[in-house]
Amino acid sequence: MQIFPCPFCGERNETEFHFAGELGKIRPDTTADVEADAWARYLYTQRNEKGHVREVWMHIPCAELFVLERDSVTMDVLGSHPLRKPPK
Amino acid sequence: MSLRRIDNFGLVDRAKPVSFSFDGRRYRGFAGDTVASALIASDVRILGRSFKYHRPRGLWSAWSDDANAIMDISQNGRALPNCQASTTYLEDGMSARAVNAWPSAARDIKGGLDLFHRWLGAGFYYKTFMWPDWHLFEPAIRKMAGLGTVSQVVLSDYCADQTFDYCDVLVVGGGAAGLTAARAASEDGQNVCLVDDQRLAGGSVYQMQSVDGHRPSDWVADQCEAIRTAGGRILNQTTAYGVYDHGLIGLIQTHRFGAAPSLIRMRADRVVLATGALDRPLTFPENDRPGIMSLAGSAELLARYGVLVGRNLAVVANHSLAESSIALLTRAGAKITRIDPEARPFKAYKGARSTGLKQGAHARLFDAVLTSGGMTPIIHLWRHMGGKLIWCETRQAFLPGETPAKMIAIGAANGTFEIDVALEEARCAGIGQASLRGDTRYHINALWPEPASKGRQWIDFQHDVTLKDIEIAAQENYVSVEHLKRYTTLGMASDQGKTSNMAGLAAMAALQGQSIPEVGTTTFRPPFVPVPLELYRGPHREQNWHPLKRLPLENTHRAMGAALGEYGGWLRPGWYGDGDPKTQIAAEVRTARTSVGLFDASALGKIDVMGPDAADFLNFIYYNTINTMTVGSIRYGFMLTEAGVIYDDGVVTRVAHNHFIVSCSSSHVDGVRMHLEAWRQDGHDPDNIYIHDTTQHWATATITGPKARQVLNSLGLGIDLDGAVFAHMSLRETQWQGTHVRIARVSFSGDTSFEVSIRASRAASLWDALVRAGAPFGLCAIGIEAMSIMRAEKGYIIIGKDTDGETMPHDLGFSGPRIRKTSAFLGDRSLHTDKANDNARRQLVGLISENGLLPTGAHIVHAGQSRGYVTSSYDSPTLNSPIALALIANGHARIGETVEIWHLGETQTAEICAPCFFDIKGERLHA
Repeated sequence: MQIFPCPFCGERNETEFHFAGELGKIRPDTTADVEADAWARYLYTQRNEKGHVREVWMHIPCAELFVLERDSVTMDVLGSHPLRKPPK
Repeated sequence: MSLRRIDNFGLVDRAKPVSFSFDGRRYRGFAGDTVASALIASDVRILGRSFKYHRPRGLWSAWSDDANAIMDISQNGRALPNCQASTTYLEDGMSARAVNAWPSAARDIKGGLDLFHRWLGAGFYYKTFMWPDWHLFEPAIRKMAGLGTVSQVVLSDYCADQTFDYCDVLVVGGGAAGLTAARAASEDGQNVCLVDDQRLAGGSVYQMQSVDGHRPSDWVADQCEAIRTAGGRILNQTTAYGVYDHGLIGLIQTHRFGAAPSLIRMRADRVVLATGALDRPLTFPENDRPGIMSLAGSAELLARYGVLVGRNLAVVANHSLAESSIALLTRAGAKITRIDPEARPFKAYKGARSTGLKQGAHARLFDAVLTSGGMTPIIHLWRHMGGKLIWCETRQAFLPGETPAKMIAIGAANGTFEIDVALEEARCAGIGQASLRGDTRYHINALWPEPASKGRQWIDFQHDVTLKDIEIAAQENYVSVEHLKRYTTLGMASDQGKTSNMAGLAAMAALQGQSIPEVGTTTFRPPFVPVPLELYRGPHREQNWHPLKRLPLENTHRAMGAALGEYGGWLRPGWYGDGDPKTQIAAEVRTARTSVGLFDASALGKIDVMGPDAADFLNFIYYNTINTMTVGSIRYGFMLTEAGVIYDDGVVTRVAHNHFIVSCSSSHVDGVRMHLEAWRQDGHDPDNIYIHDTTQHWATATITGPKARQVLNSLGLGIDLDGAVFAHMSLRETQWQGTHVRIARVSFSGDTSFEVSIRASRAASLWDALVRAGAPFGLCAIGIEAMSIMRAEKGYIIIGKDTDGETMPHDLGFSGPRIRKTSAFLGDRSLHTDKANDNARRQLVGLISENGLLPTGAHIVHAGQSRGYVTSSYDSPTLNSPIALALIANGHARIGETVEIWHLGETQTAEICAPCFFDIKGERLHA
């Protein structure tokens, strides 16, 4: 069982967390025309990178979204910070 | 009492005899015996049957590396399947039965299968049962497959404790090295936990004459005492069965027979691996005969249980450690005949109650033949942790290589077979120092399976994988060890390859002309020993897993005779009264339609969304336009996923300019709150939006029916309830007996309805007042079943029942926002894809049938294909006829058509109609 660091509550078991998506996925502006391909990419395409990844997770008990940096190969946790406040 | 039991050997308590049975015959053992040791002591030679050929199987070894003696065991009405006899401690009154054998292991009627072995080699399933169709053969094969039988008696108290734990140093294995390391670490001031899988720690030290100048038992007691004195813990009967992510170590602690084991999720700063080594089999013709067993296993049987497997013993071994085992057996009075393993070919054969060995023309009978093909360090946890292995030519074994962070291997697990060196290595490991592996005095003559040699030579005893099978796999190009494993089932027996893997991969190496390390090992995966699934479930069951949500009015409902049931995670009244449910429900519908019904709607979600950006936020979240709502108005709407599929429906109330209440489906409250939270923080300014779930704070009583207004008027709420002033889909706030109440004019029944909400602590008073006020009008309480019928009469949907994972709002006839809403909202673009525009989409319609009630889930078929299905179906008490809702391809354009309905092989017809059967113009709703 992995241990993830919630920036608000500290280290907790992975069962308390919910994966919300890869960081950097921007919702297309749907008030303008959005090509079907672009929309499909937004909905379904994941980068699924090997190695250092940045992901958005929610810590269910405090319901805060945050960015988790981890290594998708070794499962090492590399850091976390609140979604709205990137580290300086 | 037994010829096999030797005085002055073993740790069993001879003052405490234990009685048990095996395959219907009674035997006796002693306290401290395992089922296997007691049977060997009673001179039972056949303890099981192999999986495929039903060959007789004797005991191979004394602990978890024995996969031959697998038994269904029961005691006092508690039965557990597939117990390893070698690791199950004997208890009085146990009744054991060999699996995969009938009527007994000794006389198994399927034993004759072995005659057909020529046709049953590796891959025979895949080749034989191809034509015409595997499924023809499947039932018979499934019936033959499998081992033990699961008892039909549910052990309701069979519940595993689960705990989390932590220590500085976890020492795995309580043999000489483990005890020494644990002592050194705890005396060094570290928080130490030592786990050992047997009842008495000590590993194989009892086979020695002395340890460090002491008797083994005294030495073990001294070490345990010292560890405890220094503050260390010792967990007996506890196996570290796997290393998981971030170094979590799974420990299973077993208890008396029939009690669930405990799971300890251990985290340790450092792990010292002192798991020892296993004796591996030699591969020669007929090497699976009962009476052929592991040399180390027989020494352990003698040392721990005082059981000598025979007086007249043959030893076939190829390494120097065999000498100490031979010395031990000799001390116990055995006559040992050494057989040179290299003087092949030799083969085993069956004697009357003995095992024969034939070398050339020379044949001899023995009580037992003890073989040893060398020691294999137990490095499973090392591999789970990500440690590398190196091949040691001197020891002919894989040894721990480059150290993974936090783990040190010592003793036999590290290939250190000399006790003095191991103890020094352990002392260093205890204080955190890894030792360099030095030269070893151990020597072994490499002796591996010889492909193309004659006779049936077993590699995997339980699964009947022979050398020939490995040759077949190689011939057919299943040469990777992972393919070899899956093609032949090598290493997939109960011991997961503890005895068979090395011989198997060595055989493949020889066939490929490669070295053993070039062929490599299969992946080591947890668990190291079989663990019951219960270990993982533990207390996470029933109410602990998914607690029911309870209504504030539960006691009131009980007093009124409600039939309470689970609806969407809530315990709610389905109906009231003890009569026939169908009659009761129909009566409730009729009363609500003709006079007035009272319904507990407290389970409906009530999520407050507040703040300066609340209106724009909800306008984005909802399919419908929200930011144009006036204060005090209520709107029905849908929340979609980004894929455009309906996620939830419900009403939104604008309580104040910056304050909305989202009333989501009762079963969806938690999900909707998370959905709102995620979008609040991602893409919006979280400082300007606040989300607060107040579902449990409020109770809601819905008063519905033609006389609802009169009932509510008599409550003295001080507001004008007249329909011209207080219109459908609007909100009033007022006081009732000094308590704030919200009255929403919304309706799920299709009749004039008022939802009166009050804080939960006042719910019972309000409910009682409504019951009293309604009495003169014939009011009755109605349950959710009646409400479900009434909403279906109106064609109001229930999410997840009348919609599925593809339903979009326009499939339900709500097309407005899709065409007209200009601002962005969740799922908007998805409503204009080719799929969303498809004519063949399933759309919500009604069905009228002449032939009675349509089954829910029945398919609408055309030309043998499903074109949709019935989602809701009821006998309508209001209309005195059956009604149904359905999702049908292109249904909106097909109103008036007659369609064929198929259910479980039967067909009938029905006519498609608009999805509303009652008060189509909405006059009652707006009255």
